[in-house]
Amino acid sequence: MWKSARSGAALLCAALLASACGGGEQAGTDTQPEERVKLSYGVWDATQQAVMQELAAEFTKTYPSITVDVQLTPWVDYWTKMKAAVSGGAAPDVFWMNGPNFQLYASNGVIRPIEEQVDTSVYPKPLVDLYTYEGKLYGLPKDMDTVGVWYNKTLFDAAKVKYPADDWTWADFKEAAARLTDAKKGVYAVGAQLTSFQEYQYNTIYQAGGYVISPDGKQSGYADPKTIAGLKFWTDLIAAKQSPDLKTMTDTTPLQLFEAGKLAMYWGGSWNVAEFGKNDYTKDKVDVAPLPKGEKQATIIHGVANVVSAKTEHPAQAWAFVKFLGSKKAAEILGKKGPIPAYNGTQQDWVKAHPEWKLQTFLDSVAYAVPYPVSKNTAAWQEAELTHLTKAWTGEVPVEKAAADLAAAMNDLLAKE
Amino acid sequence: MTGRKHAASRKPWTEALWGYAFIAPTGLGLAIFYLWPVLQTAYFSFTEWGAFGGHTWTGLENYARLFGDPEVGRAVLNTLTYTVLGLLGIPIAIVFAALLNRPGLGGVTLYRTAFFLPVVTMPVAVAMLWRWLYNGDYGLINQVLALAGIDGPNWIADPATALYALIVVGVWSSVGYNLIIFLAGMQAIPKELYEAASMDGAGRVRQFFRITLPMLSPTAFFISIVSVIGSLQLFDLVFVMTGSGQAARANPAYSRLQTVVQLFYERAFVTNDRGYAAAIVMALLVLIAVLTILQFRLQRRWVHYV
Repeated sequence: MWKSARSGAALLCAALLASACGGGEQAGTDTQPEERVKLSYGVWDATQQAVMQELAAEFTKTYPSITVDVQLTPWVDYWTKMKAAVSGGAAPDVFWMNGPNFQLYASNGVIRPIEEQVDTSVYPKPLVDLYTYEGKLYGLPKDMDTVGVWYNKTLFDAAKVKYPADDWTWADFKEAAARLTDAKKGVYAVGAQLTSFQEYQYNTIYQAGGYVISPDGKQSGYADPKTIAGLKFWTDLIAAKQSPDLKTMTDTTPLQLFEAGKLAMYWGGSWNVAEFGKNDYTKDKVDVAPLPKGEKQATIIHGVANVVSAKTEHPAQAWAFVKFLGSKKAAEILGKKGPIPAYNGTQQDWVKAHPEWKLQTFLDSVAYAVPYPVSKNTAAWQEAELTHLTKAWTGEVPVEKAAADLAAAMNDLLAKE
Repeated sequence: MTGRKHAASRKPWTEALWGYAFIAPTGLGLAIFYLWPVLQTAYFSFTEWGAFGGHTWTGLENYARLFGDPEVGRAVLNTLTYTVLGLLGIPIAIVFAALLNRPGLGGVTLYRTAFFLPVVTMPVAVAMLWRWLYNGDYGLINQVLALAGIDGPNWIADPATALYALIVVGVWSSVGYNLIIFLAGMQAIPKELYEAASMDGAGRVRQFFRITLPMLSPTAFFISIVSVIGSLQLFDLVFVMTGSGQAARANPAYSRLQTVVQLFYERAFVTNDRGYAAAIVMALLVLIAVLTILQFRLQRRWVHYV
């Protein structure tokens, strides 16, 4: 007990010290004619910290009176800390926002809508829609990601299955899955993962012609027979033993299985490029294909946006920074180092970084991409998705029943928003 | 005698002041970082509290919901099962302590260190390690079982085994701490008692049951209080072993593993339902208080103070 009280006190001292330093700095700049402003910028990805600092420095070249302090908070603590910071009025001036959290922040009025007219045609439309709440745009997209099928060429060759074509369908996928499964060697076609709906369930739901949430954000789509068809796509694979069962995937994740040569295909995001590029097993054995077409073609698109805190003391400067981060120049800097920039036409550097893979797939799929489904309290019904669908995945409850229960639970949660 | 008394009564307030000054660092720390949050939580448990602060009074609504929530019932049951079975660690620790306390045993320091190692290891590291041991396909446990021709289950993903697998880890990681305390307790037992007993013809086993155990009962009482409170607050082990964050809910054994504190965590930090989360921990506080009072009542029956 004493130990944590002591570390609490230490924290308090550190905070006092920090504020004292801050005060000193401000006092020193009073004499300057132009107001010098220091913006704080909250980000969660350590691998992008350097390029964010580079962007901040570039921004200061244009606006010499504004400096930006990039504050990294690791992903696991980011949202918990952000909620506390916002409640305490200490949120960073500018920070990264994602889809599932966006409406929570916008509807509570803790981030500022963009007042200036901006040309949004330079970003993928689903991303602009994702960060629009009640007709107002709140953030400029920074990067984007879509989903594709990563496949193991060695396992395809061994099973004498042709590599996936760009126009392949659900039927093609199922046929390949049956032939790629080799129980004796412990090889499965694919892992019907339950912990990343973005890469699995949401895609097949939209491909089947279903939906997750109604456009007005008030109704669950899980009772829709087409949505259920999108779920059955996966449970059928488990039933046919072409995917490991849920227990196995709980112990060893599909990503680990894929990287150990036990899965022939892995539905994954464009962000997996970094992972597969540095893994010794996958780096020269895998390639990527578009998701197979069901009733229609669909892939989930998501991307991070930069938003401005409602309580910032420097709204004009913060907006100038967000505008710069959303510019072509910033996107070109980002594209050389990090994820796919959201700004149309700046993505070629990202594609060229791995000429051995068909990374253009991820960009081409933007044409039919569907935005990540969200509402005001996305996390609440995302928990319900897992609670109910786990039972369908283990086979304890039929998919139709689990989906109906989920729809009812989700509608209750949406009614409370 | 009178002189000393006089000196003490001359400045009683100075002495009291010194006393308060000495306890002030701890007292202030406790008040600011423990008492105040507890009072605040109690208040928030009667409100609806959104993601960014700002709360509205809802009276007993959260508590009414608490009693109708099947997840709460399940989490309490899991937690109590874990707590009760976790007490098995006490006899295990006593047996090992007795073995280590035998006169003339070489390498006691080595054994003590080995037993104590899990206690100083980070719970997260412990949980990660056991996760691998328990892996259904590649885990060491099932590899060994396979040698004997047994097809082991997915220990922590199978509803039939998950909670017990967890209890084993909990006991394993607490035995070291309990053992050190028992060892200290044993070394405090006066040697004359054993000498007298052996003169009366009592063997080692009889001495253990008639002298060691009764003399250790105050230590065992302390351990059982601490261990029950610790078990009721179980979180980190389950959090890492079931799969961190939302992934935990995709574990088929989740309904057998979820603890009260974990449910609190999900409501407070995942689904932004903080008023309700506050009600959950207030209920836990009451549960801990009741069980601790009960233990103090029962101690008269089995604890012997010299």
